[in-house]
Amino acid sequence: MTTTAANSNRPGAVRIRVAVIGCNHRTAPVELRERIVFSSQQALQAADELRDRGILEEAVVVSTCNRSELYGVPGDVAPSAAEAMEEYVASFHHIPRGELTGRFYRWSGPDAVRHLFRVAASLDSMLLGEAEILGQLRTAYNQALDHGATGPVLNRMFQGALEVGKRVRSETEVGARPMSVALAGVKLAERVFGNLKGHSALILGAGAVAEQVVEHMRNRGIGNLRVINRSFDRAAELAHRFGGEAMAWESLESVLGAPDVLVTSVSTAGPVLTREMLERAIAARSGRPVFVVDLGVPRNVADNASGLYNLYLYNIDDLGEIVEQNKKARESEIPRAEAIVAEHIDKFEAWRGALEAGSIVNDLRDQFHKHRELIIREKLKDMDDVSPQERERIAHITEELIERLLEEPQEKLKYGRGMRGRLAGLEALRHLFGLDEGKK
Amino acid sequence: MTHFLGDLSLALYVASFTCYARNLYVPNAWVGRLGSFLLAAGIGAQYWELYQRSLALHTVPYDDLYGSMSLFAWLLGITYLGLEVFHRQRTVGPFVTLLLVCWIVLLDIFTPRSLPTPSVPRGAMFAFHVTLNTWAYAAFALAFVLSVIYLVQDRVLRSRRLGAPFWRFPALDVLDRMARSSVYIGLIALVFGVGMGLAWEHRLSGGYNFGDPKVIITLAIVGVYVAYLLLSRNASWRGARAALLCSFNFLMVLFSYTFVNLYLTRFHRFL
Repeated sequence: MTTTAANSNRPGAVRIRVAVIGCNHRTAPVELRERIVFSSQQALQAADELRDRGILEEAVVVSTCNRSELYGVPGDVAPSAAEAMEEYVASFHHIPRGELTGRFYRWSGPDAVRHLFRVAASLDSMLLGEAEILGQLRTAYNQALDHGATGPVLNRMFQGALEVGKRVRSETEVGARPMSVALAGVKLAERVFGNLKGHSALILGAGAVAEQVVEHMRNRGIGNLRVINRSFDRAAELAHRFGGEAMAWESLESVLGAPDVLVTSVSTAGPVLTREMLERAIAARSGRPVFVVDLGVPRNVADNASGLYNLYLYNIDDLGEIVEQNKKARESEIPRAEAIVAEHIDKFEAWRGALEAGSIVNDLRDQFHKHRELIIREKLKDMDDVSPQERERIAHITEELIERLLEEPQEKLKYGRGMRGRLAGLEALRHLFGLDEGKK
Repeated sequence: MTHFLGDLSLALYVASFTCYARNLYVPNAWVGRLGSFLLAAGIGAQYWELYQRSLALHTVPYDDLYGSMSLFAWLLGITYLGLEVFHRQRTVGPFVTLLLVCWIVLLDIFTPRSLPTPSVPRGAMFAFHVTLNTWAYAAFALAFVLSVIYLVQDRVLRSRRLGAPFWRFPALDVLDRMARSSVYIGLIALVFGVGMGLAWEHRLSGGYNFGDPKVIITLAIVGVYVAYLLLSRNASWRGARAALLCSFNFLMVLFSYTFVNLYLTRFHRFL
C-alpha cells in the first residue's frame, strides 16, 4: 500500500495508502493530550494546511478529550508521511518535537483502517463501549467532508467506520449496559418503572454522583424533581440547574411519600432514612414501589429497610458491583465486536483491491498500446505497398486484439472476489509487466 | 389441507420465536417487527386451519381435544399480539411464542389431528359460549406467563445479581400492566361466555344448573380474578404479591380445564 491515484503521473494508476498518527489516553498523559487538542476550526485549518503542504491529499482530524488523531491519504511528496504529520502537529501546537517522542502511534495500510474501525466500535476507548465516540467521529468526518478535505479513500473509510460503530452497538452488548454508578442507578429504576417520564424523584443531599444521577434522569424526562439539602442554597442551586424544586430539610418526612425514585447522598454519621420513615412513605403512596439509590457513605438508609415490601434499595457498593459485572460482560463481547471490525476491514480491502486491480488493466492497456504503436510504426515504415486504408485496418485490428486480450482479466479482476483479495498477486503482476517502472 | 396449515402455523410460530429471541438477545427493531409479523402470519395460518376444521364439523372445533387445544393456542396468540400492540412491548414475545410452539408440538404428539365425526349441532350461542370461555382461559394463561416473568424479575432485582437477560426484560410496571390487561380481557370473555352458556342452557332446559362442578369452579375463577384486580391496586398487595396471586389463580384455571372437565362435570366433557 503506497501511493494514491490522485497525484499519480499516469492516469488510471491507482495505488491506495492510508495513514494515521495520533495519541490517546494510553500513550499520552492528560497534560500532553490537552495541549494537542484541535478545536473544530483548528481541525479544518490543519486539514487544509496538511493538504496545501502536500503531506496529505485527503485529511480528517479527530480530536476528543481522550484522543487527537490525524487520518490521511499521504501525498507523493512526503518521504515519510507519518513523520511529516507528527512534525506538523508539533509545530501547529508549538510543542517541542522531543516531547512527542514515543507518545504518538503510527499506523498505515490495513492497520490504519483497523485502528479507525476499532475507534468507531469504541474498542479503543477509555470506557469500553462508550457511545460518544461515534458521534464525535461523525462530526469530525462531516465537517471535513463539507470542507472538501476528504476524497474517495477517506470517504469510504469513514463511512465504513460509522457503519462498524452502528453495527457493534446494535449487534453486540459492548455498549449495552451502564458503566457508571449514576447511570446504573437510573437504569435500574427504569427496570422497575419502565419509562421515567411522568415519574417523580427526590434528591436528598447534593453530592457529585447524585448530580450525575439527576442529569441522567432529566435526560430521560423524569417529571417532578425535588431537591432537599441541609444547605437550602445548595439545594436551590441544584434544583435551579435541573429545573426542579428546592425544599427545606425539615419538610423531608412530609414529602417522602411522593417520589418514585429517591436518591440520597448526605454526609452523615448515621442513617437519614429509617425503616419506619420509609414504611410510612410507602403506605402514603398506596404501596406503589419506590426505588432508592443510596450513594451516601456511611449509608443514608437504614440497613433493615431493604426488606420492605415494594422498596428496591441499592447502595453505592451494590451499584459498584453491577458496574463491575457490566464491565466484564462488555469485555466478553469484544471478540464479537472484533469480528465485525474484521469483516469491514475485508470489505474495505476488497474495495481497495478492486480499484487497484482496475488500474493494473488500465496500465497494461497503456503499455500494450505504446508497444503496438511502436511496432506498427517500425514494421510499416518499409512497406510502401500498404495503402492508407490497409494501415488503418491493421491499426484497428491490433487495437481490437489488445482489447480482447484484456477483456477477460479485466472482468475477472472486477468481479472476482478471490482475485481482489490477492493484493500480493496484483503487486507481482504489476512487477511482472514492469508497471512499477513508470512510477519510479 | 388442515395438516398443511397446521404445519405452516407451527413453522411460522417457530420463526417468530427465533426473531423474538434474537431481538431479546440483541435488540433490533426490524427483527422484533419481523417476529410480530411472523406471529400474525402464524395466527392467520392457524385461523385457516381452524376454519377448515369448522367447515368439516359445522361448528367451532371444540368437540375434540386437538381442535379445542388448537383453538386455545390460537386465542392465546391473538391475545398476546393485541397486548403487544397496545403496550408496545415485544420482550415477552419469546416466552409466549415458545409456549405456543411447545403447546402445538405436544398437541401433534399426543392428540390425533384427524377430524372427528361431526357432533349434533348446538347452535351459535353454544359456539360463542365455548369460544369465549376458551379465550378467557387463554388470556389467563398469558397473565400467568407475565406474572411469572414479573416474579422472576422482582427476585433478580432484590437479589442484586443481575444477569445478561435482566437488562432486556420488560420493566416490572409494564409486566404488571400487561398482566392486568390480560386478566381484564379474560374476565370480560369469561363473564360473557358464562352468560351465553347460561342463556343457552335456559333455552334448552328452561332452568340453570348451578350445581354443576364446572359452573361452580368457573364462578370461583371469576371471583379469584376479580379479587386479583382489586388487590393489585391495594397498598399491601400491589406488585409481587399480586403477581403471585395471579399465578395461583391460573392453577385453578388449569384444574378447571383438566380435572373438572375430565372427571367432575357431566355437561362440559369434551373427550
